[in-house]
Amino acid sequence: MQLLYFAWLRAKIGTGEERLEPPPEVATVTDLLDWLSGRGEGYAEALADRSVVRVAVNQEYVGFDYPLSPEDEVALFPPVTGGRGDVG
Amino acid sequence: MIKVQREEFDVGAELSALSRGNHNIGGIASFVGVVRDIGADGGSGAMTLEHYPGMTERKLVEIETEALARWPLDAVLIIHRYGRLEPGEQIVLVIAASAHRAAALEGCQFLIDWLKTQAPFWKFEETADGGKWVDARSGDELATARWDAADDRHR
Repeated sequence: MQLLYFAWLRAKIGTGEERLEPPPEVATVTDLLDWLSGRGEGYAEALADRSVVRVAVNQEYVGFDYPLSPEDEVALFPPVTGGRGDVG
Repeated sequence: MIKVQREEFDVGAELSALSRGNHNIGGIASFVGVVRDIGADGGSGAMTLEHYPGMTERKLVEIETEALARWPLDAVLIIHRYGRLEPGEQIVLVIAASAHRAAALEGCQFLIDWLKTQAPFWKFEETADGGKWVDARSGDELATARWDAADDRHR
């Protein structure tokens, strides 16, 4: 499974991209987030507040109950802030 | 048309290019997003825009397709920049052209509203103590919800 992290999730986890093989019991996005949280302090901190984590599977937004396959590209990132300069 | 690029763009040149040769166009509406110097925390005011290459292009094409389905638009252009941007620099350009002004104006506003909540971009602001990631604003999601509500009224 190809994992991508963006913005502060990337900063906290310490990498922008990695290839991992989660165990078979990781069936959904929630399962994946639970499993990743156990991989280290950075992961746990990045995924502590899931209300600010957004998920895309194969470049489409999905919910936390979305089922995963071993060959999926899964991206984790905060809510998007594009489009203009008057934010803040 | 969709462009995701590091380089700056020339609004006048893009406006001319979009309508050149198409005499069905009677109105062109545009929106230009600019980096505003919020001067937060004694920083430089500059920001770095990160995005998700691949998904960004995919979402922008979806947003363009949606606008073309909702309004009789003759041409659409979205240019979104990424990388480090100084205050005063242009971030995004949205253009919608149609035979009539209402479609052009509404199409343009729809495109920028949707882009802000759908396109995977994140802003990192430079501050005196390094920098901080900009939080999403609930106002942006409300702006998108407004279009969904408008759909419901039309049904």
